[in-house]
Amino acid sequence: MLAAQDITVTRGGHPALHGVTAALRPGMVTAICGPNGAGKSTLLATLAGLLKPQGGTVALDGAPLAALPPRARARAIGFLPQAGEVAWDMAVAQLVALGRLPHGDAQGAGRARIDAALAAMALEPLAARPVSRLSGGERARVLLARVLAGDPRWILADEPLAALDLAHQIALLARLREAARDGAGVVLVVHDLALAMNHADRVLVLDRGRLAADGPAGEALAEEVIARVWGVDVRWLGEPGARALVTG
Amino acid sequence: MTLNRASVVLALLLLAAVPLSLLAGRVWIDPWTTPNAAVVLMELRLPRAVLAVVIGAGLGAAGAAMQGYLRNPLADPGLFGIAPGAALGAVLAIFLGLTGPWFLPLFALAGAASAMALLALIAGRSGGIALFTLAGMMLASLTGALTSLLISFAPNAFAVAEIVTWLMGALTDRSWPDVWLAAPLTLAGIVCFAMAGRGLDALTLGEAAARSLGMEPARLQAWLIAGVGLAIGSGVAVAGVVSFVGLVVPHLVRPLTDRRPSSLLLPSALAGALLVLVADCLCRILPLVTELRLGIALSLLGAPFFLVLLLRMRRGLV
Repeated sequence: MLAAQDITVTRGGHPALHGVTAALRPGMVTAICGPNGAGKSTLLATLAGLLKPQGGTVALDGAPLAALPPRARARAIGFLPQAGEVAWDMAVAQLVALGRLPHGDAQGAGRARIDAALAAMALEPLAARPVSRLSGGERARVLLARVLAGDPRWILADEPLAALDLAHQIALLARLREAARDGAGVVLVVHDLALAMNHADRVLVLDRGRLAADGPAGEALAEEVIARVWGVDVRWLGEPGARALVTG
Repeated sequence: MTLNRASVVLALLLLAAVPLSLLAGRVWIDPWTTPNAAVVLMELRLPRAVLAVVIGAGLGAAGAAMQGYLRNPLADPGLFGIAPGAALGAVLAIFLGLTGPWFLPLFALAGAASAMALLALIAGRSGGIALFTLAGMMLASLTGALTSLLISFAPNAFAVAEIVTWLMGALTDRSWPDVWLAAPLTLAGIVCFAMAGRGLDALTLGEAAARSLGMEPARLQAWLIAGVGLAIGSGVAVAGVVSFVGLVVPHLVRPLTDRRPSSLLLPSALAGALLVLVADCLCRILPLVTELRLGIALSLLGAPFFLVLLLRMRRGLV
């Protein structure tokens, strides 16, 4: 269980989160939604232990996250930031191997996990290719493989689907769903409400730093919630699992 | 720090270059026929060669570490105020007319230590990279200005000449005590860089991802400040300011490695040692009226290289 209890975070002197409480469960895909500036990335970074809340606590399986040694936290929580920065033009396999850094076994026992992550993201044919010669979609797969290689119990990703075409979105979501089925907790910041509606088990909706809705996707992203939080009149069309959003 | 093929090749080259460098000079030595060859080799040329290796290794490793830390191939350890701080210390010793053999290196080490302490004080607590860079550049600018101030207030023309010559960097007339001073400190500095290796690798993915991989920013920064202080501070203390090695060497070596910052440290140290050793030999061999200063030679070699690098970057080849 990854639980935020009444957390308040201030960034650059401005409050970004006020008293957010949410207990996330492993084995499911949780989406964090909200308008721009609602505090989605701040919440994700705080859950990952990268931001220290000014008030409240984040606990991993009952123990305060702040008290965990950084490497122990890193082994438990894999974090994929929005900016997919790669400073040096290393080969795909090398980059994925960085996921083993918290375990310190990239050359040894972790080799099998690295190979499994490469296989899971269908990256074996690209293993020796320099990162600079990848397409945007391939790069996103490599960066997610880096997180999977660490074999974390929690996968926290900030808009992992944003720059991807439909086929890559579906492939990435399928892999994240598989990770959840294997028992990992998957938490994603998602902008595309239809994606969240169709693929998330649970949705947290943030509005100006406060939790505006929390529940199964069908409830948390109900038309009236979207009208209240985003200020847009919308209708959901289609069947559960294959919903489309139309305005007006 | 890992042993890779580049390290093995560079180590073999270095092993071949050291004995050759001992023979090279204004007077070429034939160990069997030159009179007093043993004395010249053991007391003049060997300490000088060892010092070139030590200083070059420190500069190369420091360059690799700083480029990894700043995720920028244009970073040079001299940018961060520690080398200029050491230089200021040494210049102060000359300015005050302290002529004992230990004053200058000790003052330089004190200068490096002060710059390290200031850098840690200003930037250390948050571990932020932007703050660290700005603090370092501020320090470099301040110590540079103070050095110029000392030159302009120098008591006489001889002191000015001595300061200016010293600032150019050289290994002329160095002896074993200089080696005993610089070698252990440089080695300790390289060990600090090795301790930072895992954090530098994580930084490849940016600060947030690196922290999520367990990298502790303040601790990483402390290893790097200590490493640069020890490796570069001790180098400046015994040889003056030697630039460009830290910038150029990691570039030359990077394509030979898997490009992880940690796997670049050892080959950069070896290639730095080789470059300074060869450059110092060139200084000795060139038929000039006075011996070319090592710092000038390396800058003359380094500047065109840097230009080529910039042009290649412009074409997106690096």
